[in-house]
Amino acid sequence: MEIHYLTAHQLKDRLEKRQISCTEIVKSIYLRIEEVEDRLNSYIRLEKESALSRAGQIDKLISAGSDIEDFMGIPVAIKDNICTKNITTTCASRILENYIPIYNATVIDRLESRNYILTGKANMDEFAMGSSNENSYFGTVKNPWDTDRVPGGSSGGPAACVAAGEAACSLGSDTGGSIRQPASLCGVVGFKPTYGMVSRYGLVAFASSLDQIGPITRDVEDCAAMLNIICGHDRKDSTSINVEVPDYKSFLKADIKDMRIGVPKELMVEGIDREVKEAVYRTIKLVEDMGGIVEEISLPNLEYALSVYYIIAPSEASSNLSKFDGVRYGYRNVEAESLREMYRRSRAEGFGDEVKRRIMIGTYCLSAGYYDAYYEKAQRVRTLVINDFKKAFKKFDVLISPTSPTTAFKIGEKMEDPLTMYLSDICTIPVNLAGLPAISIPAGLSGSKLPIGLQIIGNVLREDNVLKVAYSLEKVIGFTGRPGL
Amino acid sequence: MERISKDDVKHIAELAELEFGEKDIEKITSQLDRILDHVANVSSANTEGIPPTSHILDIKNVFREDMAEESVTQESALKNAPDEANDGFKVPKID
Amino acid sequence: MKNEYEPVIGLETHVELYTNTKMFCGCRLSFGEEKNIYTCPVCLGHPGSLPVINKKAIEYAAKIALALNCKIRKYTIFHRKNYFYPDMPKNYQISQYDLPLGVGGYLDIDMGSYIRRVGITRVHMEEDTGKLLHKGITGRISESEASIVDFNRAGTPLIEIVTEPDIRSPGEAKEYMIILRNLILFLDVSDCSMEEGSLRCDANVSVRKTGEDKIGTKTEIKNLNSFKFLQKGLEYEVKRQIKVLEAGGGIIQQTRHYDSKTGTTKVLRSKEEAHDYRYFPEPDLVPIYIEDKMIEDIRKTIPELPSAKAKRFEKQYGLPKYGSSFLANDKSLADYFEQCCRHYNNAKNIAKWIMGDFSALLNKEKMTIKDSRVTPENLCKMLEIIDKGKINYKIAKSVFEEMFSTGKNPQKIIEDRGLEQISDEGLLEAIIEEVIKDNPGPVEQFKEGKDKAIGFLIGRVMAKTKGKANPGMVNEIIIKKLS
Repeated sequence: MEIHYLTAHQLKDRLEKRQISCTEIVKSIYLRIEEVEDRLNSYIRLEKESALSRAGQIDKLISAGSDIEDFMGIPVAIKDNICTKNITTTCASRILENYIPIYNATVIDRLESRNYILTGKANMDEFAMGSSNENSYFGTVKNPWDTDRVPGGSSGGPAACVAAGEAACSLGSDTGGSIRQPASLCGVVGFKPTYGMVSRYGLVAFASSLDQIGPITRDVEDCAAMLNIICGHDRKDSTSINVEVPDYKSFLKADIKDMRIGVPKELMVEGIDREVKEAVYRTIKLVEDMGGIVEEISLPNLEYALSVYYIIAPSEASSNLSKFDGVRYGYRNVEAESLREMYRRSRAEGFGDEVKRRIMIGTYCLSAGYYDAYYEKAQRVRTLVINDFKKAFKKFDVLISPTSPTTAFKIGEKMEDPLTMYLSDICTIPVNLAGLPAISIPAGLSGSKLPIGLQIIGNVLREDNVLKVAYSLEKVIGFTGRPGL
Repeated sequence: MERISKDDVKHIAELAELEFGEKDIEKITSQLDRILDHVANVSSANTEGIPPTSHILDIKNVFREDMAEESVTQESALKNAPDEANDGFKVPKID
Repeated sequence: MKNEYEPVIGLETHVELYTNTKMFCGCRLSFGEEKNIYTCPVCLGHPGSLPVINKKAIEYAAKIALALNCKIRKYTIFHRKNYFYPDMPKNYQISQYDLPLGVGGYLDIDMGSYIRRVGITRVHMEEDTGKLLHKGITGRISESEASIVDFNRAGTPLIEIVTEPDIRSPGEAKEYMIILRNLILFLDVSDCSMEEGSLRCDANVSVRKTGEDKIGTKTEIKNLNSFKFLQKGLEYEVKRQIKVLEAGGGIIQQTRHYDSKTGTTKVLRSKEEAHDYRYFPEPDLVPIYIEDKMIEDIRKTIPELPSAKAKRFEKQYGLPKYGSSFLANDKSLADYFEQCCRHYNNAKNIAKWIMGDFSALLNKEKMTIKDSRVTPENLCKMLEIIDKGKINYKIAKSVFEEMFSTGKNPQKIIEDRGLEQISDEGLLEAIIEEVIKDNPGPVEQFKEGKDKAIGFLIGRVMAKTKGKANPGMVNEIIIKKLS
């Protein structure tokens, strides 16, 4: 097995056995990057020099007898909306093209304390707004399985990196499915923790009440290991939960006997591809074979989830993105002769179309006369969605569904009508509205050799159930596919 | 049913400090109209007696003590400034 | 001001708290040094930064609200107020909207012949903006080609106090601000300086025919940055509005700036647009639930407030209303006064000295009583000495001046300068004999019934004794001798 396709725990194993050095790992990854990056465009910025230098330091530590903990010396790609001190963080936008953060996101501090290796800043949809990574100022990311197709979004870069062996794993962010959907389209594992479990300090905000950072990995075990590092209370984030962080690896047990699994009927509607549905049915059979109890359930308010999301998220975003005005950092139109002109030109020239669309929708929904009918109403309907899930979790341990209605679609296919693109998130969005933990694991390949993802949703703070079911299914599904790059 | 007119779009753009060229206004008006039309289906949900969810978590009273922490240096503060003068951020004439 | 019309005024006051750190981050508050040295990703509005509430700011805010007799909400949240301006790090201000910390309070202002109860609609918390300096010859925004932004102040905790439109004259408005300022100084939560900008005031003004119920169209008046300008600005605006209405015109709802040079209010050149702030609950902060215990704990930290203290001084020390009020409204004077009362039991005397000679000297030297060298014990000693008749009032003034500049005790000063009053009858008689012999004219006049002539004679005695003669005794003896 090539080094660049090993999981983080496999690499750790080899480091411990001194079968490989950290420098060799990093060199290997960069060779792979050089080989495929031209065709994928998954990175906005590479950090080869510092990665190699770091690897050298870590090799010294190891030979001096240091313990090798999880992620020590492991190459990780970081989505470019997570602030890395002194390393440009662009959010794939012209407006932050040259922005150099003066601080680290908390998750980066935590990874640094574990001696991880930053491979580079991964490409994404601008400001995390998109489901295909076609909205990047730095160009579209291609799906490693078929470079005429999208990798999904907004964490298209992080997912493609992992799928193509350009990093051992990556960190993405998920507001409406932005970790899970690209993971599904790229045939890798993507996890969105319970809202509040991972600090948002240093994550450039899109929709504050929905955003979460999470891992994208090759297997569920790496996912659990990464959660151990990034989860946990942060006093710099007031919305961060203050609970003890369990050892997520302890939930990696292949035993789901007597677990109750629900299948929301609203997420198996006609918009879902036949092959995707079949993959879910196959999974249901596997679950039952393992002793799990599967039943259909209706969450009737899921019908409104997409609308609720496309009111709340743009509303919060319209306010969060006001700070990009060319005053303190970022792109400024220097010809403007007055302040208002500077604001308008800088923002009009700095933001891409999708971002502008969402700012407009959000501003409208919050504006005088519309706030009650749109924003406040959406927040009430959100409560209905949350209540539906609460009711479901009285009866079930987890819920399963497709992650994405389709496999990877062709580049340009959904760019004509924004609404068509928004519909890609129909299975993932409800999860963010309720702040639940959820994972996407590869469930198989379609006839055209494109990955199909399966989503497993747990109740609030029940990452344990999600990991258990995911780990068990991963074992029996036995997905070993690799893109043909 | 038209939910948003070109004039609405111009007004919203002003609030959001954005600007659109004349030909783009048509396009974005129709896109926004379509999106707003779709999301307006929330109005058909029965939310009588249902409170809005501002925070999913049951967290409250998160404070910090009034103890000073290190500020960043002036250099750091101005590091990304598009234009600066006299140790401050320079902006063009305020209209 | 025509009695046909009455002003209807509401005031919005902003108070900068002097906590150690800002409202939502751990940066220190600055005091006008170099620009942009007390900032961080949070108060600079850097992407990815998040606010965390300063607990002390909440306590101070609650303290103010309680002192203003407000009801403290059990559940209060922050909202975002969205608008673009260069001194705004995020182009939204974290503030409070429909669930402010304190509501429904009042502040009584004593106008002498009546008391005006000014309703306090709300007390809420928010963060201050940065500071804008306008480059250009005059430093005025409309005439500069560029502006410089300093974010040191951005994020400073700010309390906003909004009154009901209960104020009925510019004089009342000024008095309200003076009393409010005093009250907040008493609470020790802000240095409340209008010059420094830690106390700011805007006014909403309208007029109506006296006795009418409806409130007319109001204008907002800004840039009232001293008590004097507040009164003058309001006087001008009220006159202006009356003039407009009498000419048959209507008042336009607008924001006007007070121009201290001309004493008028003007509309700024910039376009007047009704702001759509698009308020929505701040998603980066969680709600605040205030427990009864917290309110009680804060209430305990509120010292005796001026109005209560004044009433107590009247009762406990028998001081007249004016004196009680004078002392009670200045915490350091009040404390000093009460300390004196422990050493000496004629409160009225103490009050007289503090309000009179002592205050005059303090004002002259621009000092506060806390900085003065006169200890309460020494002041009391001096009063005892006067009571015993050892010195007269005029000498006492001189002694006090020396006490003030040197801090020496009065007994020592009197001894060193030999100022002790002469009350020795024998000695005085001898001197008086001399004066009578030397001044036959005035003596004749007095014997003829011109009582005033005695003043001259007493004056001669004082001169001969270098002012040390006991004037009462001198008076007695002369009268005895000449009758």
